[in-house]
Amino acid sequence: MKLKLATMAVAGLMAAGPVLADLVMPSLSFRTGPYAVGGIPLADGYADYFTLVNERDGGIGGVPVRVLECETAYNTEKGVECYEATKGEGSLLYQPFSTGITYQLIPKVTADGIALHTMGYGRTSAANGKVFSNVFNFPANYWDAASVAINYLLDENGGDIKGRKIALVYHNSAYGKEPIRTLETLAEKHGFELSLLPVDHPGQEQKSQWLQIRREKPDTVLMWGWGVMNQVAIQEAANIRYPMENFIGVWWSGAEADVIPVGAAANGYKALTMNGVGKNFPIYDDLQKYVYDAGKSAGAGDQSGTVLYSRTIYAGFLAHMAILKAQEMHGVADITQAMMVDGMENLVITNEMMEKYGVTGMGPEFAVSCENHGGPGLGAVTQWDAAAGVWNQISEFKASDKEVIDALIEEDSMAFAAENNIDLRCN
Amino acid sequence: MFYREAGDFSTTYAEDQQTFPIKFDRYRYYLVLFIAIVVVPFVVNDYWVNSLLLPFLIYAIAAIGLNILVGYCGQVSLGTGGFMAVGAYSCYKFMTGVDIWWGGELLFRLPEFNIFFSVIMGGVMTALVGVLFGLPSLRIKGFYLAVATLAAQFFLVWLFNRVSWFYNYSASGQINAPERDLMGILITGPSTEPWAAYLFCLFFTIVCAVIARNLTRGASGRKWMAIRDMDIAAEIIGVNPLKAKLTAFAVSSFFVGISGALFFSVYLGAVEVGEAFGITKSFLVLFMIIIGGLGSIFGSFAGAAFLVLLPVALKVVGVDWLGWPTDIVAHLQLVIVGGLIVIFLIAEPHGIAQLWRVAKEKLRLWPFPH
Amino acid sequence: MNEQLAYTIEVFANGLMAGVLYALVALGFVLIYKASGIFNFAQGVMALFAAMTLVGIQNGQVPFAHLINSIFGTDIHYFGWTVHSAFAIILTVGVMVLLAVFVQRFVFRHLVGQEPIILFMATIGLAYFLEGMADLMWGSDIKTLNVCATEGACLPQGMNVWLEGTTYEALGYGFFIDNLDIVASIVAAFLVIGLVMFAQYTKQGRAMRAVADDHQAALSVGVSLNFIWILVWSLAGFVALVAGIMWGAKSGVQFSLSLIALKALPVLMLGGFTSIPGAIVGGLIIGVGEKMFEFLIGAPFLGGATENWFAYMLALVFLVFRPQGLFGEKIIERV
Repeated sequence: MKLKLATMAVAGLMAAGPVLADLVMPSLSFRTGPYAVGGIPLADGYADYFTLVNERDGGIGGVPVRVLECETAYNTEKGVECYEATKGEGSLLYQPFSTGITYQLIPKVTADGIALHTMGYGRTSAANGKVFSNVFNFPANYWDAASVAINYLLDENGGDIKGRKIALVYHNSAYGKEPIRTLETLAEKHGFELSLLPVDHPGQEQKSQWLQIRREKPDTVLMWGWGVMNQVAIQEAANIRYPMENFIGVWWSGAEADVIPVGAAANGYKALTMNGVGKNFPIYDDLQKYVYDAGKSAGAGDQSGTVLYSRTIYAGFLAHMAILKAQEMHGVADITQAMMVDGMENLVITNEMMEKYGVTGMGPEFAVSCENHGGPGLGAVTQWDAAAGVWNQISEFKASDKEVIDALIEEDSMAFAAENNIDLRCN
Repeated sequence: MFYREAGDFSTTYAEDQQTFPIKFDRYRYYLVLFIAIVVVPFVVNDYWVNSLLLPFLIYAIAAIGLNILVGYCGQVSLGTGGFMAVGAYSCYKFMTGVDIWWGGELLFRLPEFNIFFSVIMGGVMTALVGVLFGLPSLRIKGFYLAVATLAAQFFLVWLFNRVSWFYNYSASGQINAPERDLMGILITGPSTEPWAAYLFCLFFTIVCAVIARNLTRGASGRKWMAIRDMDIAAEIIGVNPLKAKLTAFAVSSFFVGISGALFFSVYLGAVEVGEAFGITKSFLVLFMIIIGGLGSIFGSFAGAAFLVLLPVALKVVGVDWLGWPTDIVAHLQLVIVGGLIVIFLIAEPHGIAQLWRVAKEKLRLWPFPH
Repeated sequence: MNEQLAYTIEVFANGLMAGVLYALVALGFVLIYKASGIFNFAQGVMALFAAMTLVGIQNGQVPFAHLINSIFGTDIHYFGWTVHSAFAIILTVGVMVLLAVFVQRFVFRHLVGQEPIILFMATIGLAYFLEGMADLMWGSDIKTLNVCATEGACLPQGMNVWLEGTTYEALGYGFFIDNLDIVASIVAAFLVIGLVMFAQYTKQGRAMRAVADDHQAALSVGVSLNFIWILVWSLAGFVALVAGIMWGAKSGVQFSLSLIALKALPVLMLGGFTSIPGAIVGGLIIGVGEKMFEFLIGAPFLGGATENWFAYMLALVFLVFRPQGLFGEKIIERV
């Protein structure tokens, strides 16, 4: 009990931080721990985007952006500590890139009136803005991903996948279980057979699962993996000579780091994406000029152009646009947390904006509204070219089956609203 | 100077068995309690409670529980994470109303329990599960038992992940604590005042510590220690090993279950079993009691403080004061914590509690060291 | 050939292969426990550290590059050369020996005669330390591990085509065995034979066994405990490197490599902490047991992902009948 008192002095100093006029963007990163492989490019991209904004434009609306990085190691407790430590500094928008931390933060940000953006992860039913006032998961969510993958198969097979066998290999956690309900509904609708193959954390040993796939010979294997599970799964798929073009990962299983360790055998592996991939965006010229050449890159500076790096460049761009929107709506440059929520809720992304900031084609045009926090739910399919070492986008951004997904979102979010006595908004 | 005494002059058994035989210690203890109960709730904010005090108090309960099993009864367990999960999921089921199904039909649904009793029920259910997994300890000893309790750890986590009844059939498999109050004051949910959550946990921590202290100095504690020191000899002098080991498992699991229930309902508010109650949690609590001191209630607190507060302190120094990159600080943090553990063990193998005892001895003799 | 039977044989064979990989990790634990009574929690992290060092040396990475860059504002990452695998392995073994000396000199020499749980705790401290150190030295991002004897002759990956073809022609079902697993089995066999020969026929090996039997008696006939412990930790470091290469070849070298220790614990428990053959047999039983259970019961009836807990349950059942493990020394207690 004595030790508690001794540390009080330490934290007393901690509480007294300087207050400057700036836009604080917290970055809950995980550069260490079991998921560092994904966390490093994510954190680098986010930091580099705002460095670029500061260097090129002198901030947003004349106010400099301060990125406040806090290491979570993908651990929920550290995530909570980071949230509590940074929220007092006027943090505008949280992007934890972890489903576990997202679930912690949903009630907290709602009570504190701060915006939370979880693009392509987190709680899918947060797309319903009537229930989740402060949580946004545009441009697409897990259930969209499941549906986009099935739609892609429909397109490939002339609209008929009746009787085909589809296997889902998933991380045996909340994240991995997300698509199951959607896929089951879609299986009923389209008449395909779904088999489920869970892989326990961390997923270093998947022989059983892949032997099962070898026996059952499903026509398509979908994967919801993360961390070491991705590399091992792709390796095992190559080992059993599963045709790689029939193996489709979700957007968290489709980065360079997932396929490079497997080498040439990974050629042809497919993955979904919600953002454009590759370095062919004008913004990379600006990044080269203002960030890399100036020696201001975050981390080791070797992640530029990777899929996950581009994803947080896109995330940074969306946050940038939301801040501009909030500044425009309220006529203040140094916006508050509540204004940021308004900016997110009224965000409109147009092709002109994407062109202006050098990210043409990185994502679709869309508008967020009070009811719809989930965006259009578009996804594209990419394929790995092992010889060239690049991901190629092989389909357009296509829509998911909104009829199915909206019903599921409605059901899940209403259950949440009932359980927590939330009054519906947007009436 | 601080300790004025000239020897042991106990005239009654009660006097001999006091927790704090020295007056100064007793007053210091009252002072700490006074500050913790009366002063701290008025000065804390969200950051203090959610990042430091709640984890410290909750881990302290878990450490006390594990210390009873490992430190007092000598049965090494690595199933703490799994047992905490039992506490958390029981608490969740009781606070949302347990539904009993038979043959695909809802048989009946218990009313929703008050948060206080939900936490207690978390402890009770965990005690039952703990006894069940304690049975192999009658045959298996030492590190073999430690690894055998891992079976409980992995099985329980798998079970809670697999059976959707435990998480009320939610789509994601997470459990979320709904808002619950105690006499009109919110205890769980995001709108909880920091002081309320703090006092709620503090209450459980103090009660658990007092119960643990009284159990361990009483008859059951002596039996546990006899088993720990040599179980065959203990059996010969009439200690029933079955009863002693299983009561240790039950009491220990009860505390661990309470801490799991608080961990879920008050501290995090939403958990996913594999992430929150994985194997790392079992190791973490074991580290706490070894660093703090086996067989010491104070050691449980000291160990919890060491492993909860030190990483945060190092992070604050590295990132906020020195402005180093977060990943370097995170790596250095591991190096420093690891190094400190080794240095501590070399300096004092019996943990912080022993360091404290030695310091007290020195103070007693001061200023005349001989 | 009956299809179901063929599947069962295939799962059985792959279980054996997986068991060998588990045994590789367990071996390191056994070596240290036998010679010094230390349950080395850091074994998994040692595998990670060894594999990272190997890749770092191969690629000519600058150690502590990120730290140096942050302090001095430089921008260095690579020396610009690559090192041949064989040479890199020798250098890595050198690093592991240095680590053994360091561990003995600064940690365990000061803890001689302490209770097992204290020594266990010290290895936990060591695990934290090494994990942080490995990340500081080589960075925490994923690295691709390629161990090649010559250009193009690397560690094999993928299905053994010959076996599949032959069995398909002979039995009507092509069996799947991973090439890497075959290599791992051969390496493990050599490793075990080598270790047993070393322990039986060399002077140091005999001294090692003497220490394992009785520290004080060994000390009194002039065996240097210090040297033997350094030797044992070096051997464990070498075993960790082998395990790190085999597991890292499949998943890339990253943090999760340190979690393979969890796969070795049931093996140890079942085989006994003090027996090298026990580690191998235990590994095979666990490998086969968990794969067969998943195939026959887990996946069809329980929804899958049962391997983790079943390995421990299996070991637990064995332990109830033999509390010291299959090959462990009988525990004799006297009052």
